[in-house]
Amino acid sequence: MNANALNLPKALATLLAGALFGFGLSLATMTQPEVVLGFLQFKDWGLMLVMGGAAGLAMLAYKGFPRCLARPLLGGQFLTQPAQWNRQTIIGSAIFGIGWGLSGVCPGPALAALGTGNTDVLWALGGTVLGALAHALTAKDPTQD
Amino acid sequence: MFTIETLFPLGWQHYLLGGLTIGAGVALLYLLNGWVGGMSTVFSSSWSFVFKRPFLQQDRFLSSRQWRLVYATGVVLGALVWRFALADGQAQHTTVPHWQLLVGGFLAGYGARLGNGCTSGHGICGLGSLQLPSLGAVLTFMGTAFLTANLMRLL
Repeated sequence: MNANALNLPKALATLLAGALFGFGLSLATMTQPEVVLGFLQFKDWGLMLVMGGAAGLAMLAYKGFPRCLARPLLGGQFLTQPAQWNRQTIIGSAIFGIGWGLSGVCPGPALAALGTGNTDVLWALGGTVLGALAHALTAKDPTQD
Repeated sequence: MFTIETLFPLGWQHYLLGGLTIGAGVALLYLLNGWVGGMSTVFSSSWSFVFKRPFLQQDRFLSSRQWRLVYATGVVLGALVWRFALADGQAQHTTVPHWQLLVGGFLAGYGARLGNGCTSGHGICGLGSLQLPSLGAVLTFMGTAFLTANLMRLL
């Protein structure tokens, strides 16, 4: 049984979760590159509240739910996504930061721009799609280590 | 001096409320489905529909590519709801030059996938699950982003 399998209730839950994410990004004005760049240029510390609030709630969820429940409410299992500390993480994150600092846009807000109608930011969405493709086409085969 | 007004010249409530709403989405995805909802993986996993390279045909992309597209669709819908509920349906626009958006987006997409996570994957989900590699990733991209954004201001 694939723990990632999608059925109708899970699809609706996923859509709702994504909608909360997109609504929150918009409410926090993270969909406006100027606000993100303002944070990166030390003019406004709001992004810390956004990330802190989101990571704080995520922490309660990741630590709390598996203790209280044997499995997710709609079935399956509580998955984990272990992060690795290696050259790729360091170099990739450094490049990501350069791109983020240049554009003021990261992947979530790039997607949200389709909803806020920010056609300028679609340039960044296109760039993100192509950047991920460039990575996918040059990444080495994970089975050939 | 640091005061609420100098730290948050545009106000602080909407930042905290927005962040908590994002966190609620991430928490809900975990509570109902057990899934960790970073946002950049969809940009790799969706390409697995098109290209058959072994890198893209990994199980971690194939098994989650459907729900990740649904999740991304939700993000768009949520932003749309915000626009028509709270912003009078007005479309946003930005004064950041298009070349910066395109090149920056490209580097952000490439880097997030090489580093296996972005501001949400490492920042929200990784820090939320108390993973040290994610803290390292966040400090790294915050550092290069600070440098780049300030360099661009000076140029």
